[in-house]
Amino acid sequence: MSLKGPAKYREEAAKTIHEKPEVRASITAATRTFDAHRVHAWGQIDADRWRDWARDVKTHLLRNLDEYLEQAEERLTANGAHIHWAETADDALAVLSEVVHAHGIARVVKAKSMLSEELGVNGHLEGLGVHVRETDLGEYIIQLLGQPPSHIVGPAIHLSVDDCRSLFSERLGTPLDAEPDELAAAARDALRAEFLAADLGISGGNFLAADTGTVALIENEGNIRLSTSLPRVHIAFVGIEKLVPRLEDVSGLLQLTTRAATGQPIGIYTSLIQGPRKSDEVDGPEEVHVVLVDNGRTKLLADDAAWEALRCVRCGACLNICPVYRQTGGHAYGWTYSGPIGAIIAPGMLGLEEAMPLPFASSLCGACTDVCPVRIPIPDLLVHWREQAVQQGLAPPTETLGLKAYAKLAQSPELFGTANSVLRHMPLQLGGRALPVLGGWLQERSAPRSSKKSFLQMWKEGIE
Amino acid sequence: MRASLFATCLCDQFYAEACADAVRLLRHLGVDVDVPEGQTCCGQPAYNAGRPEEARGMATHTMHVFADAEYVVLPSGSCAGMIRCFYHELADEGHAESLASRTYELSQFLRQVLNVDTLGTGLQGRRVAYHHSCHALRELGVEDEPLSLLAGCGAEVVEWEADQECCGFGGLFSTKLPEVSAAMADRKLDTLPDIDFMTSSDGGCLLQLSGRAAKRRIGPPFVHLASALWQGVGP
Repeated sequence: MSLKGPAKYREEAAKTIHEKPEVRASITAATRTFDAHRVHAWGQIDADRWRDWARDVKTHLLRNLDEYLEQAEERLTANGAHIHWAETADDALAVLSEVVHAHGIARVVKAKSMLSEELGVNGHLEGLGVHVRETDLGEYIIQLLGQPPSHIVGPAIHLSVDDCRSLFSERLGTPLDAEPDELAAAARDALRAEFLAADLGISGGNFLAADTGTVALIENEGNIRLSTSLPRVHIAFVGIEKLVPRLEDVSGLLQLTTRAATGQPIGIYTSLIQGPRKSDEVDGPEEVHVVLVDNGRTKLLADDAAWEALRCVRCGACLNICPVYRQTGGHAYGWTYSGPIGAIIAPGMLGLEEAMPLPFASSLCGACTDVCPVRIPIPDLLVHWREQAVQQGLAPPTETLGLKAYAKLAQSPELFGTANSVLRHMPLQLGGRALPVLGGWLQERSAPRSSKKSFLQMWKEGIE
Repeated sequence: MRASLFATCLCDQFYAEACADAVRLLRHLGVDVDVPEGQTCCGQPAYNAGRPEEARGMATHTMHVFADAEYVVLPSGSCAGMIRCFYHELADEGHAESLASRTYELSQFLRQVLNVDTLGTGLQGRRVAYHHSCHALRELGVEDEPLSLLAGCGAEVVEWEADQECCGFGGLFSTKLPEVSAAMADRKLDTLPDIDFMTSSDGGCLLQLSGRAAKRRIGPPFVHLASALWQGVGP
């Protein structure tokens, strides 16, 4: 299956809700667990202070991004890494092609990376005739199923253990009643062979410290450590917003990220990569390439409000708490990044028209911003994109007419009262055909019952 | 003490009796209540739809209507949140902030301004689920106020795992993405504990949850918080 683009959000969401109720159940259970762990982990630290600090570090970085990018390039080059600048996904994939051809790469192992999903790395490699294997357990599962990730941190959280049992039984020959531990062991066996045979390891980067030229990677399974150290070549795709000024900042940010993501004080493995293996070292790749990817990020940075979204550390906490995301999981959103964060970066990175209706796929409940470790004002940015959508003529004409008329009426109290009284006496089932607003309501709910008299009328008549 | 009730467009039409109960409750507590003429809508539907210009007109109108109010009390956390958190973006900042500082959601007013904790025994032995409306909870920080007031009427506020999750109303969201919105309501309804009634500070949430429950032919009675508290005063 492939992602259908944001435009199909409503249809895809409805399909998931009606045809795959088990997805809702899996997503709700998993995200509630993630969030409970976050609450616990934040309770152990002065989370509000940490979040202020993290916000300020990333804000400073974004305001001085050009300087830090140059510094990072200089340090990484001095460390012996090759630096590439990719303005677009195609530029990034061209670097990949070059490396594949230069080294005669036949087999690739991939660490979990949302940026590589955004760029379409797997499809590109397959097109080059290169075998590519995802090595994060969740990513491995969905790769076998031919699905994209449904969550930034837990790519397979829309699946149940039973889904995995039948998949592994078919593909790896495990018994149908295998325990999760047995399934993980079977995956480990299959992946070990992949690691040993691979010529190229591909990763993303959680952070890139400009002062030392260090790519920092967080994980629990050890597959990132193997993917970045066993094959003779390593490519890290790093979004330009992933920079931080100092290695010292990484220490705090990675702890806050894991606490926000899964409630862990720190990931099981933290890899700090500064370049290729040195002559006196026994482990590590012979060649390291760091591809600094823009792909719409400077466009987002140029937006005077939405730039704040670039502070995102991709912890997934806003997805976990989001009552909209929980009903469908990520696939319905139609592109790589789903949930509240996806809805505010899509318009900047893809273009607003392409991202519609994602800024409207929110009840503006505000739960997301309460859990964001870098304090991105997500509901404000959703409203910001809605304003832009209205200005660009992307809102439905009936809504424009309706709200303009409503606003006019609301400033003429007598007319407002008359209009309300007419509506109160209108049979709403009939109104549903005439007014799209009512149609949407009546599709899923009974007609609301108006009070016998409006309160303002009751007040005029006197309240006892 | 004088308080001006802002009924809000939605409660005026769909929860008129709850507005009347808010008046009765405030009078019972010795407040001189008035309902300024000309009040309509706070402008939130337009603001949230990305139409600040239309919202500005409604905000300016509302600020004019309540210019002389000592306190503005609303049977709605969402509309109170609109005035408190967003009017300063739409209208003259000084005026907006002055109105914001005088504006309260009903339970917030009872607890924070009137310092009421016990109202009566009218809800003695009643098992109640409280739905935290998102804007009362997250914009106004109203969390304990309604719970302690309900408990102060003798009600048992029953634990509910989804009590702080959004009901899926979200104004126009409920009609633009009705399937997702209804699924959100179902999550609330399907986790409701065994109760006598469900209550909330916001008419929009009640309209959504009761409308969905009626469509599914399930659910407990839904009572606006103003009516529940007035009932709580007892005989």
